[in-house]
Amino acid sequence: MTWFLVHFAEIVFYSLAAVALAGAVGVIAFRSPVHAALSLLGTFLAVAGVFVLMQAEFLAAVQVLVYAGGVMVLFLFVIMLVKARDIPDEPQYVRRLVPAAVGLGALLAALVGVGIWAASGGLPADGAALRMVAGAPLGNTEAVGWSLYRDYLLPFEVVSIVLLVAMIGAIVMGRKESGRGGAA
Amino acid sequence: MANPWVAFLLVPLIKIVVILLAVILIAAYMSFFERKILAYMQIRIGPNRVGPRGWLQPIADALKLLVKEDIVPARAEKFVYFLGPVLVVAPALLVFSVIPFGPAFKLFGYEVTPYLTDVNIGILFILGVSSVGVYGVILGGWASNNKFSMMGGLRSAAQLVSYEVPMGLSVVTVLLMANSLSLVKIVEAQKQAGVWYFIPGIVAFFIYFVCGVAETNRNPFDLPEAESELVAGFHTEYSGMKFAFYFLAEYANMVVVSSIATVLFLGGWLPPFPNWLAAVWALPALAWIPPIAWFVLKMAAFLFVYIWFRGTFPRYRFDQLMDLGWKVFIPVSLVNLMAVGLGVLLIGGK
Repeated sequence: MTWFLVHFAEIVFYSLAAVALAGAVGVIAFRSPVHAALSLLGTFLAVAGVFVLMQAEFLAAVQVLVYAGGVMVLFLFVIMLVKARDIPDEPQYVRRLVPAAVGLGALLAALVGVGIWAASGGLPADGAALRMVAGAPLGNTEAVGWSLYRDYLLPFEVVSIVLLVAMIGAIVMGRKESGRGGAA
Repeated sequence: MANPWVAFLLVPLIKIVVILLAVILIAAYMSFFERKILAYMQIRIGPNRVGPRGWLQPIADALKLLVKEDIVPARAEKFVYFLGPVLVVAPALLVFSVIPFGPAFKLFGYEVTPYLTDVNIGILFILGVSSVGVYGVILGGWASNNKFSMMGGLRSAAQLVSYEVPMGLSVVTVLLMANSLSLVKIVEAQKQAGVWYFIPGIVAFFIYFVCGVAETNRNPFDLPEAESELVAGFHTEYSGMKFAFYFLAEYANMVVVSSIATVLFLGGWLPPFPNWLAAVWALPALAWIPPIAWFVLKMAAFLFVYIWFRGTFPRYRFDQLMDLGWKVFIPVSLVNLMAVGLGVLLIGGK
């Protein structure tokens, strides 16, 4: 009983991490695009669980709302509309990708390794930084709001403009040509 | 309550069982009231054979669905076909864990809260969890391997994603006024303000409820299951218990939308004008009314409006539905959000 209570957080963390990793493997292992998308959904939900464990409940809710509720639904929508078949078994195609995959994987592993090495000792273990506002522990929602709209206001606005440009671009490309000379 | 097993396991378990049973019963009886009210609106009598005046009809329906054969189409995607109803029912029921039905009260010396938990991101939790429910619909439609189901699932996904945006924006106006994401604190802020938020937030209130009707796929936005075009839409192939799950989720979601509308805009468990009429509500003749009764009364009013809509409006066309969502509701709720924000800045929140 006491052992269970003391290690509760670890037990939950390792279960969530296992689900997240299994989902990530599933994304590349499944042949059916719908199954791959579902595995990714599992990963997203497990990561949201990890956020809750860090007491970053705002991030968790946004993770579910945006990635699970928005992005993945649109993915599924597109997959179903274009009637993607299962990915065919094409050895030559896969073989050509092997060097690129190995290179990218090595780069990613190096980056993650350096990140962990640089942060070791510097990172708080319980994620308290995720709820600090001006040195006082207020809450995750407040902390995210504070850093977005106060500390990083300019980058935030710049990102919004970039997104707006992308949105307008999509609308322009999606619009039917309404040429003056009739049929386009 | 020194024993952690009691505090962390037993009490929540009892609450979970009570809330689940209540929700399932309400959902079952909603189908009965729907048939009855629609019948009276159309000058018919409605179900009146099972039990006195037909009151046992939902029980009979549930038993029938339980024992019916569960048919899986031969070329269906078996696992995803099974996953569909699960993914639609689980979020619909999970949401009830944070809905505050009343304030804390004393029972045998212990303080008891008539809700499972009050998380400080309550409303975001609800929006997030219910946005997962769309998977049940879209996957069920896809896995059935049937063109009607597929069309229904796609329609539903497009509709849900579109109407989530104005719905979220109208919820944000309430957050601006209440200054909190916790549902309990939102109700308490309305008590402090002395006014239910539907008065300052009348536009947001209207948009929220209309979007709520669209999010639950109910008439006049019931295009995903438009009988005249799509047979039964995404659940055409489903039978037995799996069909019952879709059915349960639809009615549970109606209860969710009604409960949230009650909490955000109609003051949750508060009586009308909690401050101005405080002396009236303290009268012995009225003081016995438990706060939870006000909550249930307001929620029932919304559920009645749902059925009223169904008895009144013809169905939208799909392009009309999309136009309404993107070209009317999103701009209007954006302007409304700015107006309310300005008002909170000038007058001050709470």
